[in-house]
Amino acid sequence: MQDHGELLSIILTIITASTPLLLAAIGELVVERSGVLNLGVEGMMAVGAVCGFGTALIFGPYVGIFAAIAAGVLLSLLFAFLTLSLVSNQVATGLALTLLGLGISGLIGVGYVGQPGAKLAHIYIPLLSDIPWLGPIFFGQDVLVYFSLALTAAVGYVLFRTKLGLVIRAVGDSHQSAHALGYGVIPVRYACVAFGGGCAGLAGGYLSMAYTPQWVENMTAGRGWIALALVVFASWLPKRVAIGAYLFGMVSILGLAVQTKGLGIPSQLLTSLPYIVTIVALVIISGNRALTRANTPACLGQPFVPDR
Amino acid sequence: MRLLLEKRSEHSHTMVYLSPVIAIGLTLVTGAIIFAFDGLNPLEALYVYFLEPLKYLWTFAPDDLWSLEQLAVKAAPLALIGAGLSVSYLANVWNIGAEGQLTAGAIFGSAIPVMFPEWQSPLTLVLMLVFGVLGGMAWASIPAFLKNRFGASEILTSLMLVYVAGLLLDWLVRGPWRDPGGHNFPQTIAFSDWQLLPSFDGTLHIGTLFAVIAAAALTVLMGRSLKGFEIRVLGASPRAGRFAGFSRKGAVWFCFMLSGGLAGLAGISEVMSTVGQLQPSISPGYGFTAIIVAFLGRLNPIGALVAALALAISYLGGEAAQVSLQISDKIAKVFQGILLFYILACDSMILYRPRLIFNRAPAAVPAE
Repeated sequence: MQDHGELLSIILTIITASTPLLLAAIGELVVERSGVLNLGVEGMMAVGAVCGFGTALIFGPYVGIFAAIAAGVLLSLLFAFLTLSLVSNQVATGLALTLLGLGISGLIGVGYVGQPGAKLAHIYIPLLSDIPWLGPIFFGQDVLVYFSLALTAAVGYVLFRTKLGLVIRAVGDSHQSAHALGYGVIPVRYACVAFGGGCAGLAGGYLSMAYTPQWVENMTAGRGWIALALVVFASWLPKRVAIGAYLFGMVSILGLAVQTKGLGIPSQLLTSLPYIVTIVALVIISGNRALTRANTPACLGQPFVPDR
Repeated sequence: MRLLLEKRSEHSHTMVYLSPVIAIGLTLVTGAIIFAFDGLNPLEALYVYFLEPLKYLWTFAPDDLWSLEQLAVKAAPLALIGAGLSVSYLANVWNIGAEGQLTAGAIFGSAIPVMFPEWQSPLTLVLMLVFGVLGGMAWASIPAFLKNRFGASEILTSLMLVYVAGLLLDWLVRGPWRDPGGHNFPQTIAFSDWQLLPSFDGTLHIGTLFAVIAAAALTVLMGRSLKGFEIRVLGASPRAGRFAGFSRKGAVWFCFMLSGGLAGLAGISEVMSTVGQLQPSISPGYGFTAIIVAFLGRLNPIGALVAALALAISYLGGEAAQVSLQISDKIAKVFQGILLFYILACDSMILYRPRLIFNRAPAAVPAE
């Protein structure tokens, strides 16, 4: 690959840093729209990352993608069984999922530490990809970058333009009424949780197969939690999730870029920027009642037991 | 076949205490299965993992006492933090950033020996502990303030601060606080004499007493004081609490100061005993494991003390398993996660009676 210049390479890195955040957050958005709060995103991402990585070593990154999704779905179903079928506390169960996921990923990944991974290839379209600047940005990404954007658009369309989306939002806003109208609150929520799990697993797989093709324990580094904050930040709207994910990607990469300049700013301060920015963003959004109240799913986190 | 939950007329007191026992049993069964898949003899592996650390209880061999003391030393921070988290969770205040408050406590308390390495007096020890508590409280005050002032989710803010605290510690021990005579290792000077907690015989130190005292004090507080009553009412029914004139914001402050302070105490105690100086990593995730301790201990401070011993075994067993079974000690975290899942699953039987329905029910159309 020829030298593109520094600014371009920063832009390209921002896109790869934002994609996992977007994938995980758009999945969690659907989960929360159905009224379920799954705090296990970090754990599902970690298991997705390690399963994707391990599978990609043998079968290549494209099979790895599916392994990552499957791992996320399986873990999320465990969460769904507890919170939906056994009506356990969603906050506590989500935390349990994160702790278990981080544990499992560490155990599975013992043999993978230090191994070079299989990297997801970037697409190449003759002529288009060769356009200076625009080519590599718009026609030279890996498939998951395009997929994450298409998925965001699709989620926005389904949630607000289709009957399925209406049912999901009804279940999240008033499970009693949705149940009375004959919609299966529990099945809808199972499906949404599984969707969110798949997205989180995929986001993890993206980290270990595209962002940094290697396995390091705790490599998710809080991105699952940042994704959760993004959903709040976006006040449960898909378009804003995409904007938010790219803003956060930008903050974390600009931190790294400043680091390489060696301005004498401690690297730890720059590394902590995304976490601090997350807190600031949460404060700004949460302080704005009008924004949050309009879109917060009314039944978010509340248990539902159908009366027969 | 489907699962139906029937609401009990009142919640089952038996299940409150039976649930953790069943959960531990199921975790052991699951552990046996995992070991069997790993090609180990499950019974032997379970023995090495979960019973060997307790061997002194039936051998009374002086050589085995060591691992029992290790158990107490590992349980102490878990019990301290777990007790504080129990009170918080009871009030529906979700502080999940205890690991960060632990780190902040360790940093604040260590400022004294790092800046005045020559100062040796009993006051050094007391001040370090006080600073540790204040450090934990200061760190916990951030999510409490943001929650009360702006309504920002304390779950997310307290967790984000875990990473920030970890990076702050990393910067200090690699930068301004690094031991000048330490061959560039990322660590502060080694603490000595009054900068360390007095120990009974080398392993067991007075930090373990803090855990017992905290559990007793919190039991009295929760059971006998108005504050305890307030916390329980606000947790069980926020509406009832509001009508009674209890302040939700006050409860948020109280819970964060309490759990943050205890986490800070746990942090500085670790640094003043087992670790003996500041270094990039000072805790094997005690702040997160304490979440499991709180739930296993029924959100009760004395319960947290017992639960802390159970989870300390998972740490010790992990180390034993790595040595004698050649399996990674990372399995400890897996057992801890599985245990919490089983507890939460069994806890649903406190409120509901599960029924398995085998015949296919007619298509369920709501009556309305």
